Amino acid sequence: MKGSRIWSLIVGVVGLLYFVVPLIATAQFSVQEGPSKPFWAAYSSILADPQFWSSLRLSLFMALSAVVIGLVVIVPAAYWAFLRVPRMQSWVEFISILPFVVPPIVLVLGLVRLYGSGFGPLSDRPVMLMAAYGVVSMPYLFRSVDNGLRSMDVRALTEAALGLGASWPRVLFRVVLPNLRTALLGGAFLVFALIMGEYAISSMLGFNTFGVYMLLTGQTRAHAAAALALISFGLVWLLVGVMQAVNRGNVTIGGAR
Amino acid sequence: MTQVSTSKAAPPLNRATRIWTTGVWFLPFGLFAVLFLFLPSIGLFVGSVTGGAHGLTLTYFGQLFQSQYLDAYKVSVELSAATALIGAVVGVVLAWAVVGGGLPRFLRPFFLTFSGVASNFAGIPLAFAFTASLGPVGLVTLFLSHHLNLNLYQHGFSLFGFSGLVITYLYFQIPLMVLLMVPALDNMSRWGEAAMNLGASPWQFWWHIGLPILRLPLLGATLLLFGNSFGAYATAYALTSGMINLVPIVIGQELSGNVVFSPSLADALAVGMVLIMTTIFAVYLLTNRNVVRWQR
Repeated sequence: MKGSRIWSLIVGVVGLLYFVVPLIATAQFSVQEGPSKPFWAAYSSILADPQFWSSLRLSLFMALSAVVIGLVVIVPAAYWAFLRVPRMQSWVEFISILPFVVPPIVLVLGLVRLYGSGFGPLSDRPVMLMAAYGVVSMPYLFRSVDNGLRSMDVRALTEAALGLGASWPRVLFRVVLPNLRTALLGGAFLVFALIMGEYAISSMLGFNTFGVYMLLTGQTRAHAAAALALISFGLVWLLVGVMQAVNRGNVTIGGAR
Repeated sequence: MTQVSTSKAAPPLNRATRIWTTGVWFLPFGLFAVLFLFLPSIGLFVGSVTGGAHGLTLTYFGQLFQSQYLDAYKVSVELSAATALIGAVVGVVLAWAVVGGGLPRFLRPFFLTFSGVASNFAGIPLAFAFTASLGPVGLVTLFLSHHLNLNLYQHGFSLFGFSGLVITYLYFQIPLMVLLMVPALDNMSRWGEAAMNLGASPWQFWWHIGLPILRLPLLGATLLLFGNSFGAYATAYALTSGMINLVPIVIGQELSGNVVFSPSLADALAVGMVLIMTTIFAVYLLTNRNVVRWQR
């Protein structure tokens, strides 16, 4: 199979070029702020920008809330379906992956149309943003919850805990959640990676998230934007790397695009 | 008789408590899905068939067939189809190069991690990265014009148009295809060894064994790639500054108040998108019913 090896090599090299060259170009562009400036000028200007830190904080906070909301919503339903109502399992799964069918821009349009004004707390923009992010992250969180439930003996653990006199909240918080921890980490990091770069929803709702900050920077400071793109790539690498180390083979569709 | 009646008396109470406890566990999930997924979607549908002066109307769905909006759907579908097909072919070839044993084994973990990162590297930063490489003064553009005397922009290429979007979208489409296909191809490499031992040529192997087995996973993955690109907004918006006629961009224009047209028309555009996505997803579920847990 000598021929196939050569072909594989050619394919591999071309693929490598396509995926690495944009990163090299971005890196090269980011260090050319100007002839009189040091090569790290774009990076230091970003790190010194209070907007950078506030947008990063906002996005991190929103990602964290999406994970928390998603778990509060999904874990009880998935757990109970798994434990007692098996025929609900496929429904919980189906509803959890339905957000794929509703693109983010459509979701935010729907939310603004329905709750735009006069619905009390539901009309608060931060609530809408959190809700939208919660919806977007449902498929990924469901998948990791489902993986976690499958990898432990839910029934035996629950019955043992109940038999020892534990209450339901105690079973959930002291038995089920700790056993789901590793599986949940993977989904959580994926959601973080998604929401850190999210643009459509937050820009429509008028928030200066990290994604919106990146776009605004790109309109005025091209070199700083390139530096931001690299920083963001590093962030995604960090989050996805941890996710893959925790549980292998999660696949992302939709979200930040 | 008495036995029967006691056993008959018990179930209703049992059932009521069971429904109640079940309800408590499913309530947050159901409430959240209804409030933030189902009701907004239904609201869009209602908005698209009302909003006129005469109650129920199909005017706005009719307006979707005006050339401007029909064109938006056409460009969106073409863009998604192009990136899904190219992404699928290149993704499978790349995945096979690594999984099939053509490339050194130590590359595999790096390759998979990189695929995970690149399939998540999208939106604004991806647009910046491609502007820095293929923009009018990008690294690759300058390299080609200085060393190969090939001026891309004089030959009708523009990063900020359709072809540029295709090239950029492939940066997350190809790795996604790789991730979707690696599990299936892993099995395939075992089949391949068996076939070669029995004297099959590579061509025979792919035609008689590989393709029939991979047909449905391939179709399913390509459909997912289509959906993945169809709803994409940020990358296209950042690259073209919102100047390309894609359905998500048009909806975004209305929503941000940049271009004012009828709200009901935007609702109809959005409902059209959901219908297309639902069709794609339904075909995917029907053909890949047992592959739904695509990460395993």
